[in-house]
Amino acid sequence: MSQLGLFFALLGAALSALLAGAGSAVGVGRAGQAAAGVVTDDPSQFSKVLLLQLLPGTQGIYGLLIAFITMTQIGIMGGDSNISLAKGLLYLAACLPMAIVGYISACYQSQASVAAIGLVAKRPDQFGKAMIFPAMVETYAILALLVSILAIFGIANVNI
Amino acid sequence: MSVLPMKRVLIVGLRKDRKQILELLQRKGVVEISADRSEPHKDQDDTVFHQIDMSSARATFDKNVTLASQALDVLNQTVPDPEPVTMFSGRQKMTLTDYETNVAKRDRIMEMVYRLGTLSKQMTEIEAELPRLEMQLETLQPWLQFGYPMNFEGTRCTRAFIGTLPNEVTSLQILEEIGASAPDITGVDVTIISASTEQTCIMVVCLKQDAQKVEEALRHMNFARPALSGGDAPLKQAQDTRAKIEQLQTKAADIQKEISSYADRRDQLKFIIDYFTMRSDKYEVLSGLHQSNRTFLLTGYVEDRFTSALESLLTARFNCIVEFSVPDESEDVPVALKNNAFSAPLESVIESYSLPGKGEDDPTLPVSIFYYVLFGLMLSDAAYGMIMAIGCAVILKKFKNMEDSMRKTIQMFMLCGIGTIFWGFMFGSFFGDATKVIATTFFGRTDISLPPIWFEPISLPIKMLTFSFLLGLIHLFTGLGLKLKRCIREHRILDAIYDVVFWYMLVGGSVIYLLTVPMITSMLGVSFVLPSAAGQVAAVLMIISAIGIILTGGRESRNWFKRILKGLYALYGITGYLSDVLSYSRLLALGLATSVIATVFNKMGSMVATGLGGGVIGFIVFLIIFIIGHLLNMAINALGAYVHTNRLQYVEFFGKFYDGGGRKFRPFTENTKYYKVQE
Repeated sequence: MSQLGLFFALLGAALSALLAGAGSAVGVGRAGQAAAGVVTDDPSQFSKVLLLQLLPGTQGIYGLLIAFITMTQIGIMGGDSNISLAKGLLYLAACLPMAIVGYISACYQSQASVAAIGLVAKRPDQFGKAMIFPAMVETYAILALLVSILAIFGIANVNI
Repeated sequence: MSVLPMKRVLIVGLRKDRKQILELLQRKGVVEISADRSEPHKDQDDTVFHQIDMSSARATFDKNVTLASQALDVLNQTVPDPEPVTMFSGRQKMTLTDYETNVAKRDRIMEMVYRLGTLSKQMTEIEAELPRLEMQLETLQPWLQFGYPMNFEGTRCTRAFIGTLPNEVTSLQILEEIGASAPDITGVDVTIISASTEQTCIMVVCLKQDAQKVEEALRHMNFARPALSGGDAPLKQAQDTRAKIEQLQTKAADIQKEISSYADRRDQLKFIIDYFTMRSDKYEVLSGLHQSNRTFLLTGYVEDRFTSALESLLTARFNCIVEFSVPDESEDVPVALKNNAFSAPLESVIESYSLPGKGEDDPTLPVSIFYYVLFGLMLSDAAYGMIMAIGCAVILKKFKNMEDSMRKTIQMFMLCGIGTIFWGFMFGSFFGDATKVIATTFFGRTDISLPPIWFEPISLPIKMLTFSFLLGLIHLFTGLGLKLKRCIREHRILDAIYDVVFWYMLVGGSVIYLLTVPMITSMLGVSFVLPSAAGQVAAVLMIISAIGIILTGGRESRNWFKRILKGLYALYGITGYLSDVLSYSRLLALGLATSVIATVFNKMGSMVATGLGGGVIGFIVFLIIFIIGHLLNMAINALGAYVHTNRLQYVEFFGKFYDGGGRKFRPFTENTKYYKVQE
């Protein structure tokens, strides 16, 4: 049974990298199509639309981050990997905010990004504002990241 | 520091001087000319002043700009520009004498533009013709053995059919087929000219009287006439085509050579593009001028600090009157900002939100103080900061002619880099934990690491979170303070109390009250608990301010019932403060993201290096992973830091006091690409 704890903890780490990464892939892909469309018309907007394309990409990074600190904590990257079942489940729960919010926010952020790319195409001088709309969505990914980080660091001190 | 005061300017001059005056203004670039066409002078029944439409002249100039740009493109394609225009390079300075020498040469330059246009057109034609000829040559290939002209139809008594049959066939097969479908003909002769698996080229000769039957028989065999014509034998045709190709190739080379010969006159092309751009702009202004038979009127805005210089400059050179006046309250005065070297780089950040509206202060200074700090906290790695700061410094040093806006952006990132260096050392992050990893992996020393000056957020995340909230509160209170300042300046003392002081009391009181609750302090990791007496004072403050907000939050409503409801809704705004403060948790999250991902790459590198047994190869592999990984991490986190610093400024900070809505001051200036003419 003791291996099950490790399994669930790793499942959490994998899910956060997997779902958040998948969301970002979808998001960056979608925004990339819009960005490419703008560049066909006006190549000078490349750097601006590239920034906007990258905005939904951060969730994947946050997912990687959570996966990595979970793996360090549970000893997959070396060290003691003896995790009780309860603790393993706790790690799984701690990873879920990043996994799920990461996926959903990346998908929706990409829609805001696509719209912002359209805005920049029509009014290149409004880049500053265009950038803020997708950034608003990202707030929730950051909050989820925060909860996941604090929970994972917290679990290390829980004695079960 | 401030929004620059503007004056309205009226210039009345002689009509003969109008172009020179405009050119002078264009070079100085200090006057924004009002293109206001709704002024009374525009009236149809105004017999003195009228506007002259210059759009046809402008169209010519714009066409010249397009032609010259195309010519420059042609030249750049043939001979690449040794100093290509990059985003940093900016415009070269040109003296007025050089400008005038070049203007004198403009007809010759335009000749070159036309010549380059013609050459490029010829080149395009040749490029289209060559593949066509090559194709023709290929079609001729199977017929080369054939000695007669392709349109040979036979002699006096015979008829010849020249063409192809599908697939490879022998003359015997053809004879058999003809014999089968037309058994009663006198005789037929089949010559195979060439044969391949796809097609067989043949000539069939028969007597004229049998011609129809033979043709019929051939048609059954899918006989096709070749897509060739001409009265010459194929060999001769092929030779001609080859000669033609060679001739075209020589011609193309000649054209290339001629185009290349213009390479040393590239600067003139650039000049002529700029020259016509400027003239086109000038004529646009001319169209908007109110002119009488002998005079013209020009109105616009000028920065207050340039007024006397402008007046003396104009009156010294021309016979004209320059008048300045203070703009009316109702006028839409353009906005220009002026700041010290520390804040000025952020003017573009302010501008991309919105410039200060009427009566608003320039927020650049307070924004700049927080901007570099917040950016640094989010990127928070000393090495990344150094790369940014040094990279930007090198760019600034290398490109002297850089445009102002670009220079400011680079300066902004340089200062952000310095902020990052500061926080990086505070938190002990230099390429993440690279110092420790390298010391352990390659030197076997586990005791070396870069200690943080303050603390390591990764081991004390709650402390960092509390610090982020504290910084957020300071940021928000600064915003409120700026609102207070404006209210007091405009003598709206009551508004100041209702909208600012009450909120200071309410939010400040809540924070103090929360700090008296042991559960909250232990959660935030604060080492002290405020005495309960402070909590009671805070509670009283909160109650007073809450009642105050309920009573005054909806003070624009006359109906008391409505007013109280609106006041309650205003009190609900406290949740806004809660979410604003929580929003600063991104400082922790993004800071951690940088250092954890840096750690990931360091660990990956050291794991691979250890696996390879250390040594030189291990180190090289480590270095590759290190460089790629950290470049990636730096790029993505610098982007994140930039975006989220802007967000904190735009949403949380500006939300407290700043509306914007000002119009940017756009002086009539040299809107050129390559040169900047200076006196």
